[in-house]
Amino acid sequence: MTVTADTSTMTMAGAINEALDEALSADPRVFLLGEDLADPAGGVSGVTSGLSTKHGRERVLDTPISEAAIAGAAIGAALEGRIPVAEIMIMDFITIALDQIVNIAAKARFMSSGRTGCPITVRTASFGGLGSGATHSQSLEAWFMHVPGIKVIVPSTPADAKGLLTACIFDPDPCLFLETVALYGARGEVPSGTHVVELGKADIKRPGRDVTIVCYGRAVIDALQAADQLAGEGIEAEVVDLRTLVPLDVETIMESIGRTRRAVMAHYAVEYAGAGAEIAAQISSKMFGRLDAPVRRVGARFRPIPSARELEAAVFPSTERIAAAARETARYFI
Amino acid sequence: MTTSTKAAPPGAEEVGRELYTKMTLAAACDERLRQGIARGEFAVTIWPSRGQEAIAAGLGAALRKDDRLVTTYRGLHDMICKGVPLKELIGEVLGRTAGASRGKGGTMHITCPEVGVMLTTGIVGAGVPVAVGLALAARQEGSDRVAAVCFGDGATNTGSFHEGMNLASTWQLPVIFVCQNNLFAEMTPIAETMHIDKVADRALAHAMPGYRIDGNDPEAVYQAVSEASERGRSGGGPTLLECVTFRFKGHYMGDPQRYMPPEQLSAAEAADPIPRYRHRLIGAGVLTADEAVELEQWSSRLVQEAIDEVLASPGPDPSELEVDFFADMKGIPA
Repeated sequence: MTVTADTSTMTMAGAINEALDEALSADPRVFLLGEDLADPAGGVSGVTSGLSTKHGRERVLDTPISEAAIAGAAIGAALEGRIPVAEIMIMDFITIALDQIVNIAAKARFMSSGRTGCPITVRTASFGGLGSGATHSQSLEAWFMHVPGIKVIVPSTPADAKGLLTACIFDPDPCLFLETVALYGARGEVPSGTHVVELGKADIKRPGRDVTIVCYGRAVIDALQAADQLAGEGIEAEVVDLRTLVPLDVETIMESIGRTRRAVMAHYAVEYAGAGAEIAAQISSKMFGRLDAPVRRVGARFRPIPSARELEAAVFPSTERIAAAARETARYFI
Repeated sequence: MTTSTKAAPPGAEEVGRELYTKMTLAAACDERLRQGIARGEFAVTIWPSRGQEAIAAGLGAALRKDDRLVTTYRGLHDMICKGVPLKELIGEVLGRTAGASRGKGGTMHITCPEVGVMLTTGIVGAGVPVAVGLALAARQEGSDRVAAVCFGDGATNTGSFHEGMNLASTWQLPVIFVCQNNLFAEMTPIAETMHIDKVADRALAHAMPGYRIDGNDPEAVYQAVSEASERGRSGGGPTLLECVTFRFKGHYMGDPQRYMPPEQLSAAEAADPIPRYRHRLIGAGVLTADEAVELEQWSSRLVQEAIDEVLASPGPDPSELEVDFFADMKGIPA
């Protein structure tokens, strides 16, 4: 992490806006494209507000509602060495752009033996938690982890969002940057000026000796609250924020679990065959014989995400569910 | 497309010879690869382009070297006519280190940026939005180069095609959409896959010039592509060219063509664009019969020399899997 003297308090949406603004200023090859990005809309959630006014509509391109064309146009420009940042407004809509991302972007460098690269960043957002229902609430990051060739990044704090997004934009390979609408308003200290967080570095958001909660995105916030609760019960939970799923910081995960000997994996994506399944499998095989409890997973239930508040809450993880899993894991005795 | 009634411009003879040379070279390569596969000499597959050479020749001759091309799995003719070296092309088909991407791409995924071939796609319709991005990059760089994208009639039924057409039209980008209408989408005749008479009419939906031309007449294609390029270079936006042709050897090498009415195939073969153009050039005094034979022999010789070179190159080492994947392999699963 680049250490800068100055920080300011801002929301995650503001931090993302700042990263985009600074990238547009830093390199003339950078441009944004997506639906409703330009002012006065400034993005459906206001994340790109002001950028078209400052940098011009040639750099902040409004597109039709054509996710395949958004991704494809970004890819074509990237093959030429431009640096596109494409926005797919809501992650569920990325289904329309999957062919472009999965079959072209992820494979461009490999299939061409390095004769072309594809330095695109696809920003998208999970809208879970707003009661928007099954087609506007999903977290599909595991799909992209399963495709060799694309980096997968999920920030949980404003500072990380700025630093990771900057890293993604200037990374020579395709990056899927997954934002969380429920966290857009969360405030935090964000370094001013250029701020880069290296991809593939997990961050221990809270140290603890009794159990490791491995998590990312919105689950980090729940895990930190769960750790507060557990501290009152005498259980010290360590919260490891993965920040990037590909590349994965296996070292930090295993180092933490080597100390605590107990692990819980938590995310908002569906638990079944989710990112946590891969990570739990790696923990189980790499730490076999050193674990004092089975690895637990907490994720969304295996149901389409319902709309009504009570039902949605019953599907998603929560502070309570993560705390319960961590408590049972910490107190598990063979 | 109106045919010029003016006298042949200066250089017409050179263009005629270039067109015929390109056609024979593409056909010789297709013939030789099919022969080798049929004999068991090569254990690979191709999607033969025999019959469609006039389009590739007209396109390749009309485009500048720095103009971009995106083509498909049935695109060896397009690439040869755009200038991809035979050794790189055949090397990739045969999976040897002499190939354009040392065997990591294969027939369906050949890239040769030095001559403008930025991408070859194996997914029908997928190249269309990418070409829009290539043209967008040209505009951003202030270049007057154009981007051409080849696809079949089947691709015009995909969402990617319509999304790409709309975006190119909306942004008035220099894209030439080249539909090689061979009257069959894989194994289904065109009458069963669309309810319009002319693919060219699909341009109307995007207020784009759209022309149906004789795709078996290389000069008609050359003329149409030259006009479309000029339009694109001068800011006049995209063009859709429907080049009507025929595919002599079915969808894939070895396709028994059970779906093909024998009389339709024999009529198409009787109108083979190569002998047809040869007669025309000989009749016009551009070429003598002996020169035509020499050109065909020269083409076959070039193809055989390339094959010999390719077969002399080693097969790829498994260590190829470790390079040109991600630029930075740290944290990437093994």
